[in-house]
Formats: sequence, C-alpha cells, structure tokens
Amino acid sequence: MAIYTEQEAKKIMEKALSFSTADICEVNLSGSESGNIRYARNSVSTAGHQSNQSLVVQSSFGKKSGTATIDEFDDASLEKVVKRAEELAKLSPENSEFMEPLGPQVYDEAINYVDATAKITPDYRAEVANSSIVPAKAKDVTAAGFLDDSYGFSAMMNSKGLFAYNKATNVEFTVTMRSNDGTGSGWVTRDYNDITKFDSAEASNIAIDKAVLSREAKAIEPGKYTVILEPAAAGDLIRNMSRSFSARTADEGRSFMSKEGGGTKIGEKIVDERVNLWSDPLHPEVPTGTWNGAGQPLEKTSWIENGVVKNLVYDRFWAQEKGVAPVPFPSNLIMGGGDASLEDLIKSTKKGILVTRLWYIRSVDPQTLLYTGLTRDGTFYIENGQIKYPVKNFRFNESPIIMLNNLETLGKQVRIDGNLIPYMKIRDFTFTSLSDAV
Amino acid sequence: MGAASLLLPTTMMGNNIHAEALLEPGMDVLVKKRMADVALNTAKSMGATYADARIGRYLNQYVFTREDKVQRVQNTESFGIGIRVIANGTWGFASTNSVTEDGIKNATMQAVAIAKANSKFQTEPVKLAPVSAHGEVSWKTPIKKDFKEVPVSEKVDLLLGANAAAMDNGANFVNSALFMVNEQKYFASTDGSYIDQDVHRIWPTFGVTAIDRGTGTFKTRQAMSAPMGMGYEYMDGLASEKLEGPAGITLYKKSYDIVEDAIQAAKQANEMLTAKSVDAGKYDLVLEPNHLGLTIHESVGHPLELDRVLGYEANYAGTSFATLDKWKSGDFNYGSKLVNLVADKTQEGSLGAVGYDDEGVKCKEWDLVRNGTLVNYQAIRDQVNIIGQNESHGCCYAQSWNDVQFQRMPNVSLEPGKEKYSIADMIKDVEKGIYIAGRGSYSIDQQRYNFQFGGTVFYEIKNGEIVGMLNDVAYQSNTQEFWNSCAKICDEGDYRMFGSFFDGKGQPSQVSAVSHGSSTTRFNDINVINTGRSI
Repeated sequence: MAIYTEQEAKKIMEKALSFSTADICEVNLSGSESGNIRYARNSVSTAGHQSNQSLVVQSSFGKKSGTATIDEFDDASLEKVVKRAEELAKLSPENSEFMEPLGPQVYDEAINYVDATAKITPDYRAEVANSSIVPAKAKDVTAAGFLDDSYGFSAMMNSKGLFAYNKATNVEFTVTMRSNDGTGSGWVTRDYNDITKFDSAEASNIAIDKAVLSREAKAIEPGKYTVILEPAAAGDLIRNMSRSFSARTADEGRSFMSKEGGGTKIGEKIVDERVNLWSDPLHPEVPTGTWNGAGQPLEKTSWIENGVVKNLVYDRFWAQEKGVAPVPFPSNLIMGGGDASLEDLIKSTKKGILVTRLWYIRSVDPQTLLYTGLTRDGTFYIENGQIKYPVKNFRFNESPIIMLNNLETLGKQVRIDGNLIPYMKIRDFTFTSLSDAV
Repeated sequence: MGAASLLLPTTMMGNNIHAEALLEPGMDVLVKKRMADVALNTAKSMGATYADARIGRYLNQYVFTREDKVQRVQNTESFGIGIRVIANGTWGFASTNSVTEDGIKNATMQAVAIAKANSKFQTEPVKLAPVSAHGEVSWKTPIKKDFKEVPVSEKVDLLLGANAAAMDNGANFVNSALFMVNEQKYFASTDGSYIDQDVHRIWPTFGVTAIDRGTGTFKTRQAMSAPMGMGYEYMDGLASEKLEGPAGITLYKKSYDIVEDAIQAAKQANEMLTAKSVDAGKYDLVLEPNHLGLTIHESVGHPLELDRVLGYEANYAGTSFATLDKWKSGDFNYGSKLVNLVADKTQEGSLGAVGYDDEGVKCKEWDLVRNGTLVNYQAIRDQVNIIGQNESHGCCYAQSWNDVQFQRMPNVSLEPGKEKYSIADMIKDVEKGIYIAGRGSYSIDQQRYNFQFGGTVFYEIKNGEIVGMLNDVAYQSNTQEFWNSCAKICDEGDYRMFGSFFDGKGQPSQVSAVSHGSSTTRFNDINVINTGRSI
C-alpha cells in the first residue's frame, strides 16, 4: 500500500529535512491507490490497478531552486534525493519571482475522505460494469463506460515549520449508451467522494432512457434558442470561464478580466445579478483538500457575487507585487441555484432545446471568452412545456459571459466533476450549425 | 481528441533528474533481454497463450521561459516494465518500476490474474493477427544532434534570444518553451522478437502577445514551428529549409529559425490588432500545411481509427461516421479524386516514425483514401481480423511502460499534387478567398462530421492577390463535403509536416505524438463565420 498515516508521513519527511543543507527545504509526500474498469460493446475491455508514491524535494539557495523526486523512502534514498535537489538548485538559473515557502499555517480539517471508497475491490468494479451492461442489453442498447476510483494522501513539510496532511477518496463514473440501430445515444456522469452514494444501475438507466428517446432525431434550423442546460453542459462553460480568473493575466491586459484602461474587473458587474459563484473546500457535497501545493490554506472564497466580480486569483508573487493578500486558485466551483427541477424548467418553456452535455469545447476568442463545441448524447426539442422530439446535435459559438447575461432561470444544483452546478435556462443561446453525429 | 497544448500532461512526467543524468546509458540490452524473458517465461508457465514485455526508459527535458525570465527547466526520467498477456482469450496488463526478477514475476502474475478475472465478462476472445519473429533487432531515430548533449544554457539562451527579438519588435509578452523527448524502449514477445529502439522528438513553441492599451484589444500569434521526430538539429534554422509564403511569411520545413519566427510573430500580432474583421460567407480557402495538418488529424486521422469505428472509444472520444458498411461498399466517396490520404509509421522526421510498433510489428505505409475513395482503416493485431485482413498495420503504441498499448493514430498525410504548382500559382487562381496559416481553435463532433477550425494568421485573397490581414475567421464544414471540395493541391516542393505532440485518447487517457504532411491545398466554397463578439 502506498498510503501513509499522518504520523508515518511526518516521520519520513522529518528524516528527509534532516539531510538538508540548503537555505530552505520543502518536501511533498504523496501516495495513491487507484483502480479502474473500462467496458465497451457490452463487454469489459480493460481493467487496471495503479499504486504510486513519491517524495518531491525542493531545495533553495537564495533564489535558486532545484527539485528532485524519489519513490523509495529508506534513509539512504532520502539522503540521496535531498542531495540531488541541492545539486540541481546550485546549477539552476535564478528565479526572479522566487517566493520563500510559507511558515506554519492553520488549516481546516478536510472532509473529503470516505473509508468505503478506499475499500473498493475489483469485484465491485466488475459488478458496476455488469449492472450497466445487463439493462443495456435488455433495451437493445450498447454500453460503453468507465469507472475510476482512487484513495490517496498528500503531505507537506518545510524547514520553516510548515506541516500539512490530507487523505482523500474519489470515484468517477461515465457511461455512454448507444441504441443498436445507431440513431440514439445517451450519457450520464457521476462523481463522489463517498462511493455509498453511487448507484450504477440508476445512473445507467438514465443514459439508456436517453439513448432510446433520442433515436431518429429531427433536424431543426440552427440559430438562437432558449436552452435548458443540464449541469454537465453548464458546468463545462462555467469551468472554462473560471480559467480567466487570473489577476496577473488581467493586470497584464490579456484577459477577459482586464479592465479597459488598465487593471482588473474586480468590482464590475459582468453577468446577471442572480449569478453567485464561490468555492468552499468544506462544502459537504463537493469537499476538497484544505490546502494547496504552495501550502496556502484554502477557504471559502466568493468569485462572483450578485453578478459582480468579487475576487480573482493572486498567486503569492503577484499578490506581493500588487500589495494585496494572495488568493489561491479554487479547488472547486459552486454556483448558486434555485428550487426548480428539470421537469419544472421544461414545463415553463414555451419553445426551447434541452441539452444533456457539451463536447469538444475550445476557446475561439479569449478576448470575449467565446467558445465553440457541440451538443451530444441527448438533445431534445421542447414546445409548450413538453419534450416533443429529439433533435440533431448543434454546434454552438457562445461566451459564458453572454450566456450568464441571458439567464432566465436557475434550477437545482447537481455535483459535476467535483463542482456544484445548477440546471440553467438561458435565452438566445447561439447554435451556428447542425451536426449529423449521434 | 485534441492536439498539443502548453499544459503539460502529468502522464509525461517522471522523476526529476540532473541534465547530465540524461546521458547515463541505462540498462544494458543483454540485461533487458534477460529481464524480458523472465516476464515471458512466467506468463507462459501460468497458462498465458501470448505475452509481451516492454522495458522503457523515458527521458524528457522541458524548458519554459517568459520575456527575460527562465520559468522552469525540467529533466525527468521514468523507467520500468509493462507486461501484457492473453489468458483465457482475454488481455491482462500490469506494470512495475521494480525491474528485477522478483518484481517482474509479481507483475506478470498480476497481469495473468487480471486476464483470468476479466475473462468471466469477455464476450469476444482476442484474435491476434500473425506477426514475423524479428529476432534481435534495433532501430534509432536518425538524429544529427542529441538534445541530451546540448547544454541547457544553450537552449535557455536560444529561447531568451527569441523572446528578446519579439519584445524588440513590438511584443508586449512572450512565453516560449522547448519540449524534448527520448524514448528508449525494449520490446520482447513470445512470438520471438527482441526489439531495441531509441526514439527522439522535439517541439519548440511560443506565443507572442501584442496589446492595444487604448482599446484593450489583445492578440496572440503562436509559433509556426512543428513538433518533429528529429534531434536538436531542428533548431539550426537552415536557409535551405525555409519557404517564402504569401504576404511575406517565412515558413519552415525540417529546420526552424525560432528567432526569425519570433520577430515576424511580433510584427503580425501587432498587425492583427487593427486587421479587418472578416465578412461571413463562402470563400475558397487556401490552407497552409501547418494549418491543414490539424484538419487532417481531426477529420481523417481520428475517424479512421478502427477502435473508434467499432465502438471501443464510444464513452470518451466517440465513434466514427466512417462505418464498416461504407468501407465495405468500396465506393465511399471520402473526398474529390485529387484526395490521396496515406498512413505511415516510417516517414523520416515525423513524430510517428519508429522501426516497430509497441507490439513488435514492423512499420509500414498504407493507403486510407485513394483517389477520393475510402480504402482502409488504422488497425492493430487484435483488430485486423474484424476487417478481413491478416496483417497488422503496425500502429500500436503506449505512452509509457506503465500504460497498456493500444491502437494509436499513425502519421496521416495528404499526398502532394503531381503537377508543378506553387503557393504563388494557387493564390493567383483564387478570386475570393482566404489564406490560412498555422493552427488555431479546433473542434469536431464525436463522429467526426461537423468541424470548426480557426488558424494563426488569415489573409484575404481578392482576384488573385493577397489584399490584407483578416481577424475573427473560423470555418465550419462537414468532413465529407470538405474533402470533396478539395480543388487543387500544390506540388511536393511545398510539402511540410504539421505535428501534434500530445494527442489524447483512451480511458485512462494516454498521449501520443503524430505528424501530418501536406502541401498547401485549396478547398472551394467553404462556410466562413465571423467570431467577433461585443460584450
């Protein structure tokens, strides 16, 4: 097992630091056990297990730093890796943006480890595949899915007295169901820290139903439509938007978040006032670690409040340059939602498109945060409060900023890829062409 | 999936080492043979009907800079063995970084146990195409300069020199990077092959940004380099490997001048700030090879991967419009009669070139599309029986010793035109068109019908002449319609390779590197959209 307890990790790292002759030495110890199963064509295709552990040592002399890594932790190996980091540091060019590591910090206790997830077995994984494949076959549908679970720890210590430790578990599941006539496709995703929340048959049946319902889709004209974005679709665009949250890039004038005439858009209203976006490592639905790779504590942080930019990410160097407090990169994204269920959103829609997910999203223009991509695995036409028929997939060209200014309704939140994102109803979402892809 | 980005996949990492340690020789080939035999014999003794072992030492060096600063120099090494077996008609795979007799025996037993466990759910027993026993052979990328022997300081100086040249010519920001890879891999199988290979790849790249502080507009011009299957000699900037393109652009074949390109990038990034926004509509597109390569990658390379066609990638990258019935018909019209698309793992200087693939098949060249008709796919040993063939195409690859090998895209290239025809000739023949050079935004659906591509630079063509730079250009088309609109291809004098260094596929995802060669090509009447928005 590559997992060490807090005390075991501390002992290894203290030993490593004892060999240091550098001005400053910082060590990161991590280990993980992960397993996966992949299936396609209603049959298991691959399965694997990976065990990894490593100790990363960063030694610094003045502004010169060197990093060395090792996966064996006996005394001789620890001494060797520390010496190697020091040799590399002496040979490295000076980093003018070098920041001295932090001293002791206070961290919240993380809640992202669940024992049951750490105990997943190969038999469990096989059963997940089986519970997807059996109902698929019964509905004349073909399943292709992937389950990936992991259990790991991270620890950090430096010669200035900082120490941090965290254990985490995670499981991710996706399945694509395709009707055997080749005209329908459905998809679902689930991710949890706690495997006991996962029901693979329930999830698989959603994808099966979508595959059956999306058969023989009709082509309708591309253009501007009211859309209901399921959280997987909305979340992709929100996550892309968050990549522009760097204060440095904004200050440099090369970001959507750059203010005309200089500076950033902090304090400016950029989207509908109902939009609230924050991160919170202790949120019970989407917990994360409570410190980052720089040893900074991660705390609840508001990014957009009532449509106004509240914070941008300031790394420690840029914060020092600008004379502000550092703001670490978010470890999760939580967007405030409403009470409306998907059914409620459909019922209140006179004419619109229901989008299951988006695919192959790429930046088109960083100036306006314009992205392109396509709908996939379940796109439906809504009329007078009801799903009327499946429609062919569309290519979109849209900016999440424009999208969040065209907000109609926010629905219930759902966990997607470690984030908590609501269903969204958006008017005038821009579809620019049709795709024949199923 | 997509091609390269400056975000480094964690899968390409290894343990950090000294630059000098990159030059250490690694395990002797005789020891590798002995170790590989431990795996093969253990597998056979446990009832495996087939086994292969890959002992890999992966050495990477990456250098990152911005403006006048070195951000990071990273040297990594990853060493271990991956063992793949067939037991009860089912694949099993395990890997270990403990390349000792005990470590290898344990990993092999794990691989066999996984195969036997999974065989309970296996509905299609593995059928392997026959392969020749090659005995003890070796292959090496024909490099002139080993990047490992070039001092880091020389590389840093080159990048900082390019950054300074860009800044002196009006850039506001420059990020530049050099990626260098050496795969030392040893393959052995129960079919009787022991193959030692030494593979080199290099990719210099940058992004130059110009800003108009008054309007708040910013534009970035990416490098016109291509990742190559070459040594450090690619950085020599030989005059003989340069081409004069339209609008005074200098283009590069198998030698790259990064300082010269950084200068033209700074000038072009500034020109972009005031360039005309395109009028949406139909245009004849003149596509430069370093642009067209990505379109070939997405609209030809991926849809003709047999595992996608069969549904093995349905849950991730998707399936393909190029279904077996279309191929079996023998007359599926993929493109116009001018279109000949060839797959290969042998082209010198390409990212895909190796002597043997990662299941011991000698590499070759084969047709995918001939005179516009779909004629074949990309398939490996356990797939070719499905398309009635009995010889693997030799395009199996794993990104590392600790990942299982599977079908990956070989180089896929468009053959040049047979008659003498230059870029200048092509521009002259266009009444209303756009010349697009370099890679840009790219997106395609999961069956590879509908795509949208941007580019690095765009120039408007009117009545046979370039009349100025354009902004906000993207073209949308459908794969079959697009390739059927192929109207003219320049001759081999213009042939160049585009490359993708980090092409992703599979779950868990693996990267591979692949090149796409072509000459400048014209596609008539393609839909161009305007991507400008005001917020």
